[in-house]
Amino acid sequence: MSHSTVPRPGAEAKTPDRPPASGDAARSRPPGEKHVRRLNLRLRFRRDRTLILMTLPAVLLLLVFNYIPILGNVVAFQDYDPYLSDNGFVAMLESPWVGLEQFERIFADSAFWHAVRNTFVLFFLQLVLFFPVPILLALLINSVVRPRVRAVAQAVMYLPHFFSWVLVVTVFMQIFGGAGIIAQTLRQHGVDGFDLMTNPETFKYLVTVEMIWKDAGWGIIVFLAALSSVSHDLYEAAAMDGAGRWRRMWHITLPALRPVIALLLVLRVGDALTVGFEQLLLQRSAVGVDASEVLDTYVWWNGIRNQDFSYAAAAGLIKGMVGVALVLVANKVAHLMGEQGVYKK
Amino acid sequence: MSALADKTAKARADMAAKTAKADKAAETADPADRRPAARKPGRWAAPPRPVWEEEPAKAGLAGKGVALGFACFAILFPLWIVVVTSLQTKKTIDEAGGLVVVPRSITFVAYQELLGGGQVQRAALVSVGVTLVGTLFSMTVSVLCAYGLSRTGSLGHRWILMTLLATMFFGAGLIPTYLLVQALGLTDTYLALILPSAVSVFNILVLRSFFMGISPELIDSARIDGAGDWRILWKIVMPLSRAVLAVIALFYAVGYWSAWFNASIYLTDQDMMPLQNVMIQLVQKQERPVGLAAQINTGQLSPLAVQMAVMVMALLPVAVLSPFVQKHFKKGMLTGAIKG
Repeated sequence: MSHSTVPRPGAEAKTPDRPPASGDAARSRPPGEKHVRRLNLRLRFRRDRTLILMTLPAVLLLLVFNYIPILGNVVAFQDYDPYLSDNGFVAMLESPWVGLEQFERIFADSAFWHAVRNTFVLFFLQLVLFFPVPILLALLINSVVRPRVRAVAQAVMYLPHFFSWVLVVTVFMQIFGGAGIIAQTLRQHGVDGFDLMTNPETFKYLVTVEMIWKDAGWGIIVFLAALSSVSHDLYEAAAMDGAGRWRRMWHITLPALRPVIALLLVLRVGDALTVGFEQLLLQRSAVGVDASEVLDTYVWWNGIRNQDFSYAAAAGLIKGMVGVALVLVANKVAHLMGEQGVYKK
Repeated sequence: MSALADKTAKARADMAAKTAKADKAAETADPADRRPAARKPGRWAAPPRPVWEEEPAKAGLAGKGVALGFACFAILFPLWIVVVTSLQTKKTIDEAGGLVVVPRSITFVAYQELLGGGQVQRAALVSVGVTLVGTLFSMTVSVLCAYGLSRTGSLGHRWILMTLLATMFFGAGLIPTYLLVQALGLTDTYLALILPSAVSVFNILVLRSFFMGISPELIDSARIDGAGDWRILWKIVMPLSRAVLAVIALFYAVGYWSAWFNASIYLTDQDMMPLQNVMIQLVQKQERPVGLAAQINTGQLSPLAVQMAVMVMALLPVAVLSPFVQKHFKKGMLTGAIKG
């Protein structure tokens, strides 16, 4: 077989822990070999064609469902009319171009700015109320020494992460809703009208609590992994030097968590405009648009419900652009603070 | 291919031996076990504290216990109410004035009625079918792709990896995706529930980093024995990666089981709706299930018990399966977090 004449790629990268970004073996090779590599392109293809073939289904699916729709964003600059043709692609080609008209309409729409405001309010609430919870829970779990207690507590805390949002919202209805257990108990004691699920004033807190209930436990995992990698010698040495429980936490545990916290903060800020689409969509009709409309639901309402595709695509495009900008800014800030962030410089 | 099988078995035995050795080391380091007559401490007991660590304060211990207890209670109590109420007779539910906290009776009538045919039974079957087919499809595509990318320096490796990674940083947006699915003619087919969300790049990266950790010598020696890449994947890589395969399969399965949004925008036929969408109608919007309205209206069946039973059907598969894979979560998430 031909492959015996070409060195296997696995042999070049003996260290399996190498990060994928530095995967090009050419950099570490002597300069002369690059030429050899070029010459052997056909041989390399024969050697690696099975590997390429194996990646093909996934790559095709991503091309069709992730890359082609990016091109579809051109409808944001059109007045897209789905009834121009039975075929959506043809309709897109035949729809009139309107330049930035959709964007002008959006910026003049007070409902859009309302959605933007709701999005930011929810983001800051989540940052302040949700973000610290997994860290605290991880410290708590980490301080539990009994292995069985630890395993059971972890199993319980991970569980809600696997529930669908439909289930989470309906479970919350049974507790805080108008027919929920709290309202039911209050009614038996003569107090009527308790219903947090339809109360617009408290809705932002309700949404945050739902999020904590569902995902705070799952968020522990990353922090626990970081905690378990801290050497016990450090704690022992610090204790020998007279550092108490709290000083050890301040000077050893928290610095160990710092890179993880920074990374997650960068990711969260980069994703600031996504504040729980399914969750808010499910509760939209119960609590009203004023309290629950965020950018994602605004796109859904205008596009899917009102069939104003170009307008909604433009709104989605604004969200996407701001999102990319936020990722870049957040990462820059992380670099300035001496952390690694999502990608390297 | 018995030589190959031998090698796999040997590798597994090596791993087992290593962990056994580590366990033994831990045991001998454990002073409690040195006393020959002492019984092994129960699994609930605390391991001995290192000598340098001070005894914890009573108040601190109590505080920790309360915090931990509260967290678990906040998660389990609502589920308890749902499960208990679904199992009560109409009489107990009426007496309690709604939801039941302390069970007084037990009956499976709500489940019997729901699974005896009609809307909910059909929806449950749809959900099971979509989950099984979708998970199998996603796993096949992801495992193949992860193995195809597991050798750095292979032809096109960098480009393909970039194609994957780029999708993690930006999405196309809801509207263009919707228009595409429509233009492809996938609306009102179950393919619309599977294909657009079939590939998770994150899952592929987790699988890939696990595959890359498998010793290259093992794979090389298999190749010398004449095994091709398909055979290596099937006979060596996959048997050695059972843990991570289980975790990723669970991730995909939970995704398909929990999905409702795609069904709500791509399906118009109510008879095709999966369980989550039916749950929105029955529990959140308080509609009566098709076919059971008469029994509920005449008072034979408690509407609340029926609603709770639908919720239990949605949560049961996940609640039963996820603890089994729990111990592998950390490994899977950690490698994904570092290498992703």
